[in-house]
Amino acid sequence: MGSGREEKGPHGDIAVDIENLTRTFGDFVAVDHVSLTVKRGEIFGFLGPNGAGKSTTIKMLCGLLMPSGGSGSVGGYDIIRQSEEIKRTIGYMSQRFSLYDDLTVEENIDFFSGIYGVPAERKEKRKERVLEMAELRRRRTDLTRTLPGGIKQRLALGCAILHEPPIIFLDEPTSGVDPVSRRNFWDLIYGMSRAGTTTFVTTHYMDEAEYCDRLGLIYRGRLIALGAPAELKADHMKRDVIEIETDRTIEAMDALHAHNIESAIFGSSLHATVKDGDKAIPFIRGILGDARIEFRGVGKITPSLEDVFVNLIEEA
Amino acid sequence: MRLMRVSAIAKKEGIQIIRDPYSLAMAFLMPVMLLFIFGYAITLDVDNLPTVVYDRDKSSTSRGLVAQFRESRYFTVVAYAEDHADIDRYIDRGRAKVAISIPEDFSKNMATGRDATIQVAVDGSDSNTATIALGYIAAISDLYSQRTCKALAAPAIDPRVRVWYNPELRSRNFIMPGLIAVVMAIIAALLSSLTISREWERGTMEQLISTPVKPHELIIGKLSAYFVIGFVDVLVAALIGIHLFDVPLKGSPLLLMMCSSLFLFGGLSLGIFISAAAKSQLLASQVSLITSYLPALLLSGFMFSISNMPAPLQLISHIVPARYFVAMLKSIYLKGGTLKLLIFETAALAVFGILTFMIANKKFRKRID
Repeated sequence: MGSGREEKGPHGDIAVDIENLTRTFGDFVAVDHVSLTVKRGEIFGFLGPNGAGKSTTIKMLCGLLMPSGGSGSVGGYDIIRQSEEIKRTIGYMSQRFSLYDDLTVEENIDFFSGIYGVPAERKEKRKERVLEMAELRRRRTDLTRTLPGGIKQRLALGCAILHEPPIIFLDEPTSGVDPVSRRNFWDLIYGMSRAGTTTFVTTHYMDEAEYCDRLGLIYRGRLIALGAPAELKADHMKRDVIEIETDRTIEAMDALHAHNIESAIFGSSLHATVKDGDKAIPFIRGILGDARIEFRGVGKITPSLEDVFVNLIEEA
Repeated sequence: MRLMRVSAIAKKEGIQIIRDPYSLAMAFLMPVMLLFIFGYAITLDVDNLPTVVYDRDKSSTSRGLVAQFRESRYFTVVAYAEDHADIDRYIDRGRAKVAISIPEDFSKNMATGRDATIQVAVDGSDSNTATIALGYIAAISDLYSQRTCKALAAPAIDPRVRVWYNPELRSRNFIMPGLIAVVMAIIAALLSSLTISREWERGTMEQLISTPVKPHELIIGKLSAYFVIGFVDVLVAALIGIHLFDVPLKGSPLLLMMCSSLFLFGGLSLGIFISAAAKSQLLASQVSLITSYLPALLLSGFMFSISNMPAPLQLISHIVPARYFVAMLKSIYLKGGTLKLLIFETAALAVFGILTFMIANKKFRKRID
């Protein structure tokens, strides 16, 4: 590993560094000149709707897909020339469940232990840790296909980190998993991050984006924003978000629409995006009063990432 | 090469085959079925041909001739016709393949030493059987005339023919060894051709290529699992051949196993190459059938003699590995062939195996595109 570290040289604290990374499929530009860096130990969230280019980017970083243009390094290794070195340094969990369905939990772990070359003396200990992490101690001889989705994802993560890689790439690890399992999964990611692991994770869940140290927003192959969640909210949200708490959300929405105020339903409340919040609040109260819609409150709120993202996409 | 990775892959592959009823059936049931189908159904010997006799002479001489036919195991008299139309009916309906019509003056001619003719009609819709039947009929007639008129002309040349290696000329003895080659070709190509494309289809390959595993480690791991299966199949085929079909194994069982291993290596490598190139199970299985099973069946000399083929096909047969394996098997089984005698075939199989393995290794990319 000695020579590996020397190569990292000036990028000592940079885990992922890409410059103008581009990938085309025929005429379609899946990833369009994306540049970003991820620091060691960071949880970097790569956010965007389906088909935005998240998976394509992650596959190029893992050495699975050749870039059409641009350059980059992962763990100090060049993504074009040193993809095999990268594969020794990373753990990758693909979007599609990719363990062997017809193998038992334990057989899957043993298989990946063998593939990653985990030394025999450490094999059992790591296996037990993965079993514990995935809460599968008592189901170790069960066929993997019989496990519920959330547990499968935890096992897949466990198998991808058997060799204790310093950098892990997770491609939509929680898609199609129930909210409690998603929360548990993120606890695992936090745990690894505290232990110094760099995590590059893609998601389209906005609430998950809030858990990340830094975010990249990708839309139609282009990186449209980059920064910590709080920075993104401060820098990119130039309009105010007004929250209207009411039980009659749909009627309220129609009433506001009649006065050219666009809003969206967020659970039991309504979010309206306006130019100047202080002026809009009395105006909105008036509209609702005229329409005889009871409300519990109208007030300015800190925009959520979803508000930011919707706003950024409208501008893009 | 890390042995740890190779053995992890071999073990995983083995577990998957054992757990999958279809793979298991393909690995162990199909070869046995093929052996039985080919072993029992494809016999080129002609036995018990249904025969209709129209005896107009009705003498002891003519009955003697008919008896001669009946005594041979080649003909079974199914009916005696009353007139010519009867014969037509039997042949038309397929109830008889051969009709023997003995004219009224048959015994008279025999007694006076004149040429006695009999009419024979053979159903030619199966030309192979018809040709063989005609040979038997000529032989039986000759035998009969020699017996009945010994005093008359003995043939000028009396060939004492001896058939080597397969003295009874049992077609099974020469089909069975070649059959092992055909069965192996199918097993090798079909089983292994699915192994990589299946992983692409199920998405497990994406995980696998993100690990440090090297292409040759993956291929050797997969090869070893299928090699064990193929080897068991060779053993089963040899045992079935010896004990069920009474095909003697004259040569060394060890040499048989060695040659089979060499052929398996090439066949499995070809399957893996196809699998790596095709990326879909359907395409892979079709390509492997066309490139290994059909040539093994048609161009290997297993049933159809290569020397009787048109020149271009003979030329093509040289690149069919089954051709060399069939030659080796026939030699080991029937002639007790030794490695020294089979050195050319051994070399040909080794070259084919190493070449396909290298191509497969080159073809398998650890990239999605």
